[in-house]
Amino acid sequence: MVISACAVRASDHNDNPMDTPMIEFYLNGEAQRCASLAPETSILELLRNELQRTGTKEGCASGDCGACTVAIGEPGRGGRLDYHSTNACITPAHQLQGRHLVTVEGLARGDALHPVQAAMVECHASQCGFCTPGIVMSLFTLHERQRQSPVALDDACLEATLGGNLCRCTGYRPIQKAARHMADQPDVRPPWAEDPRLDDNVAALGDTLEATGYAIPNTLETLHALRRQYPTARLVAGATDLWLEATQRLEAFETLIDVSRVTELQAIDETPDGWWIGASVTYARLEPLLDAHYPAFARLLRRLGSAQIRNRGTLGGNIANASPIGDTPPILLALDAHLALEGPNGARTLPLDAFFLDYKRTALEPGEFIRAIFLPRPEHDQHLEVWKLSKRREDDISAVLGAFAWREENGCLHDVHLAFGGMDATPRRAQATEAALEGHPPDMATFDAARQALARDFQPLDDVRGSAAYRRLAAANLLERLRLTIDHDATQEVCLDAYAH
Amino acid sequence: MRTLTDLSRPPAGPETTDRHTAPAEPRQAPTHDSATLHVTGRARYLDDQPAPVDALHVAVGLSPTARGRLTQLNLDAVRRAPGVVDVITVVDIPGKTDVGPVFPGDPLLADAEVRYVGQPLFAVAATDFKAARRAVALAEVEIDAQPAQLDAVAAAEAEEWVRPPHVQQSGNWQQALAGAAHVLEAEQFVGGQEHFYLEGQACLALPNEDDGVIVHTSSQHPSEVQKLIAEVLGVAFHAVTVEVRRMGGGFGGKETQAAPWACLAALLARRTGRAVRMRLPRGDDMRATGKRHPFHNRYRLGFDAQGVLTGGDITVIGDCGHSPDLSEAIVDRAMFHADNAYSLGDARVTGIPARTHNPSNTAFRGFGGPQGMMIVERAMDDIARHLGEDPLTIRKRNLYRPGRDVTHYGQHVEQTALLHEIVSRLETDSDYWARRDAIRTYNASSPVLKKGLALTPVKFGISFTAKHLNQAGALLHIYTDGSVMINHGGTEMGQGLHTKVGQVVARELGLDNSAVRISATRTDKVPNTSPTAASSGADLNGMAARNAAMQVRERLFDFAAEHYQFDREAIRLENGDLVVGHGENEHRIAWGELIQAAYLGRVSLSATGFYATPLIHYDRTTGQGRPFYYYAHGAAVSEVIVDTLSGEYRVTRVDILHDVGDSLNPAIDTGQVEGGFIQGMGWLTSEELKWDATGRLLSDGPATYKIPTIGDTPPDFCVSLLEGHPNSQASLYRSKAVGEPPFMLAISVWSALRDALSSLADYRVRPALDTPATPERVLFAAQDLRRVPETKTPAETPR
Ligand SMILES: Cc1cc2nc3c(=O)[nH]c(=O)nc-3n(C[C@H](O)[C@H](O)[C@H](O)COP(=O)(O)OP(=O)(O)OC[C@H]3O[C@@H](n4cnc5c(N)ncnc54)[C@H](O)[C@@H]3O)c2cc1C
Ligand code: FES
Ligand code: FES
Repeated sequence: MVISACAVRASDHNDNPMDTPMIEFYLNGEAQRCASLAPETSILELLRNELQRTGTKEGCASGDCGACTVAIGEPGRGGRLDYHSTNACITPAHQLQGRHLVTVEGLARGDALHPVQAAMVECHASQCGFCTPGIVMSLFTLHERQRQSPVALDDACLEATLGGNLCRCTGYRPIQKAARHMADQPDVRPPWAEDPRLDDNVAALGDTLEATGYAIPNTLETLHALRRQYPTARLVAGATDLWLEATQRLEAFETLIDVSRVTELQAIDETPDGWWIGASVTYARLEPLLDAHYPAFARLLRRLGSAQIRNRGTLGGNIANASPIGDTPPILLALDAHLALEGPNGARTLPLDAFFLDYKRTALEPGEFIRAIFLPRPEHDQHLEVWKLSKRREDDISAVLGAFAWREENGCLHDVHLAFGGMDATPRRAQATEAALEGHPPDMATFDAARQALARDFQPLDDVRGSAAYRRLAAANLLERLRLTIDHDATQEVCLDAYAH
Repeated sequence: MRTLTDLSRPPAGPETTDRHTAPAEPRQAPTHDSATLHVTGRARYLDDQPAPVDALHVAVGLSPTARGRLTQLNLDAVRRAPGVVDVITVVDIPGKTDVGPVFPGDPLLADAEVRYVGQPLFAVAATDFKAARRAVALAEVEIDAQPAQLDAVAAAEAEEWVRPPHVQQSGNWQQALAGAAHVLEAEQFVGGQEHFYLEGQACLALPNEDDGVIVHTSSQHPSEVQKLIAEVLGVAFHAVTVEVRRMGGGFGGKETQAAPWACLAALLARRTGRAVRMRLPRGDDMRATGKRHPFHNRYRLGFDAQGVLTGGDITVIGDCGHSPDLSEAIVDRAMFHADNAYSLGDARVTGIPARTHNPSNTAFRGFGGPQGMMIVERAMDDIARHLGEDPLTIRKRNLYRPGRDVTHYGQHVEQTALLHEIVSRLETDSDYWARRDAIRTYNASSPVLKKGLALTPVKFGISFTAKHLNQAGALLHIYTDGSVMINHGGTEMGQGLHTKVGQVVARELGLDNSAVRISATRTDKVPNTSPTAASSGADLNGMAARNAAMQVRERLFDFAAEHYQFDREAIRLENGDLVVGHGENEHRIAWGELIQAAYLGRVSLSATGFYATPLIHYDRTTGQGRPFYYYAHGAAVSEVIVDTLSGEYRVTRVDILHDVGDSLNPAIDTGQVEGGFIQGMGWLTSEELKWDATGRLLSDGPATYKIPTIGDTPPDFCVSLLEGHPNSQASLYRSKAVGEPPFMLAISVWSALRDALSSLADYRVRPALDTPATPERVLFAAQDLRRVPETKTPAETPR
């Protein structure tokens, strides 16, 4: 099918509403209204094909290269727009409703370059230049954050910012240098930054949308109503997974219901026993909570996707996806998480390990969705280790992920919960291995038994990310790493520090 | 009658100039001439070019099968699909159907025979990109599948070649082996590599008013694209104009393999009379185009008690895919570099270009050289383990030196002292021996984490080994405001070629860089050009541009001598002026004034430049000659830390010293060294091409094919350019080519990984570590070593 032309007009948002519902947003400080976009249109397609803004590049159309990185300004606390980076190729154009989209064309003031751009030029940080617009935009979001609350631009910070921006030419060294030198440049602000009304104007556009084929509700009640109205509609949250069907398999969606702005699904509610985390909470929003209570889980987040993915991808999406190599399910399984589901027949809770039925098949009934995930509060003496093995350290999908939770009492292991991803058709617990460890001292003999039990627990498959033999050996060796970690006499490091985050 | 412009304006052009000389950088290092355009998003790549609103978009239908006969290709549903305007198969090609660049073998669209998964079968032009892609999926394709040959070694044994094998030989290698104190042998698989240029293959074809086309393409070889389009259309070359403004990366992947897409677009443009846009979605790009050749290498080498090679036998088998493409020259180059920086002694080197049912593997930075070097670097490490010496000691003993300075193909290695100096300086500057001790101590007490260290040198031959390609042309115009336009045959793919060539012209004419502009590379400005490849872009085109600038300069000097009555011998151009005399007696004429006077004096202000590399020759029948004008050198020290339980590892520190002669632009050259190193590191570590048993590429996108990210750049990464060593040959201002040589510095990472692994068996075992050395391969290697009994050294030939 053909994307119908986008009726785009740069005009003030509140004059003359037309019959067709419009996506209303700002692009580099200018009001935009777009109608009649096919639901599967991405921001990148909107920019390049409809708006003729070709500064933003397509390198892969799958969220992996970052050439298409743009910044989205979202009304935040204090009425200010908060900017985050995203991959335009896999972000639905409709999610621009009520947002300020900033692209590489929107930074310089005439000939005066934005500090990020000036630093990139000064440090020789572009060669072919094709990755450069995306890198500039990732650095722009960093620069905006630095303006609010500066942090040290150490390697970890630069990796967190730029891990999702591939450059095939430079080897990154000049890009690192540019990042560190942006503060030394003249403080040229983008032209739109001087519009005092911009933040209010963007907020005034409103959060919700009901366009043909794409609806964005912001309350649970409307979400339920929309589900009744469009029983076959698919749900979309961060779209970091679903959109690959559009860009890789050229899927045309009939109707999409966007759950990313439903207030109830965005909440994090603390209880004495733990936290109810709304399904639409993004990885980026989850980080502070995990940092405080589950540092091992938080470190894993830093190796999940890239900044662009973490800014959009949600916990609910990761679980609903039911991929055998999703990163959070094994951890949540090891932590005894459970789910709050809602659907036409009401609400229910379900332990997470009853949710994954088979390869990409879940216990969700027709019309049902994940409302929230319950993360239990850690016991004071609970230990958690999370180890992800992948071909590349940053922005790669796990070949194997192991999550290990346990307590130690009188020299023995208790409440041992081990869960693995990448070892079977679903993420799941390693029951025989757990049994081999439970109640035993963490010695060689116990772990030998556990190693043998693990071989009974899983018969992994060969695929592009690793052979079955590798998965089996690596998972077994993670048990050895666990033993060495617990072994109080061992003084040597048993794991590369860089892989801990 | 025309009036001349008022020169009170600077001739450098308006403020939109691309040039930006950062105050902090040295003056001799101007930034990339498009840097400002890059960072503002204004640099136009292929798919950013505006096209007429009725432009069509193309998608290609690719073979799902590796080998077989095409028994049915029913495209009715494709033709009926919404938006489809034209559909073509091989029968619709009016001219030649084979677009093989050197030798035939590359059908533009498959005929009856299918030869790899991803081979183009048909092409669809539709009103938009998605419509074309969706239509492609509606084709009914039936292929009578036959067993595919996917194993290059088996193909080599069955004498399935794309070209005949080639042998280079020096001295009596059998005797050298027979008389050697020690002999070792080993096999090494060296994986291929996807180019992963960030901008995929793309082009835009515009039909012109007669029988031709103007084609914008992202190609390293516009002249070849022109030739092939003309042959496919059956028109004269002058009917086809090809333009390349810039590429979003090429790395060899757009040397020959950009042409088929341009041919398809041109044909569809002629058939429909409409502009035609084409770009390959990433997955199609990765499936349909060739990659760096995987190689299966073997050595059997003899050496003395000191570990110095006495001679032996090396075989390199390149997996060429289904057609010759450039494979003959690539396997040759692997052979030319099977010695790297070491004298092999009396040796035979055999190269076999094996034919498989894979996409036709092609040029990629280093052009077979890196794959060839791997085998001798493996041997160096192996010899060291065998004799219980440090690998650096063995490498140093084997470096070319006076008396051992002739390669196995008969070329004399001139700068042996330089090679030794680079290695010993780096050895000192990187603190190699102190770190070696520290690492041994660390490893002895660390049961899981092991560190490794390695220094490897590079000696890389510069010149196309196809002699006729070593020529270049340029076209220089000076306009009457004094601004200068230079065109040359080279293409810009990020390597800064245009910046360097602009600098050359500015230097010859005594102008500021901003006074010289380079636009696109076009076949109607400079004809019959060579590809921008073999690291030769600046060497050849810079010389041609210099030649053009020198011609005009001489004319201006002649004119000035007469017109201003200056002493011809004392005239010079500097800082934007024509100058004679010194001090009190100095006279200056401003450049613009000079040009206007020369114009009025009816002096030609335009010139074509030309250059052909001297001295080179190679005789394929004897396997002897001097194929390279000179060698570029460098060395790297890499340190790694390996988790031997998981196979995970980090490259923690890298020190590089690299020889670029007298650098044309230190900033650009440093960028090439750093970028080349990291790209080479990706090739040897995380970039894994995986195929299934039927020949289908599994790692067909960046989700599964992992090039280095920012966190893979070593935290301690120190690159220095060797100073004070001009090229011994009369190259462009005594500079040296820099595009490819640094790529091979990354072999030090692989060697360091082997070093770390061999610590598991007290440095007495030679671990097998095929590449890419993914965590999986490293883990299995560690596992194997842990199983090695204390005294056994496996795979050793007993003597
Ligand atoms: C470049 C890249 C890197 C990635 N790296 C990783 C990684 O390292 N680790 C990892 O685990 N994943 C990774 N992913 C996958 C993906 O980001 C995650 O699975 C993500 O959590 C999905 O969340 P989302 O909100 O984007 O889901 P969406 O794409 O919006 O939705 C995914 C699926 O879940 C359904 N869904 C969404 N919300 C709900 C709900 N509340 N109730 C019921 N169904 C719902 C949707 O209908 C859809 O079927 C990566 C993806 C990309 C593109
Ligand atoms: S185009 Fe590669 S991430 Fe979007
Ligand atoms: S500059 Fe070419 S990909 Fe980054």
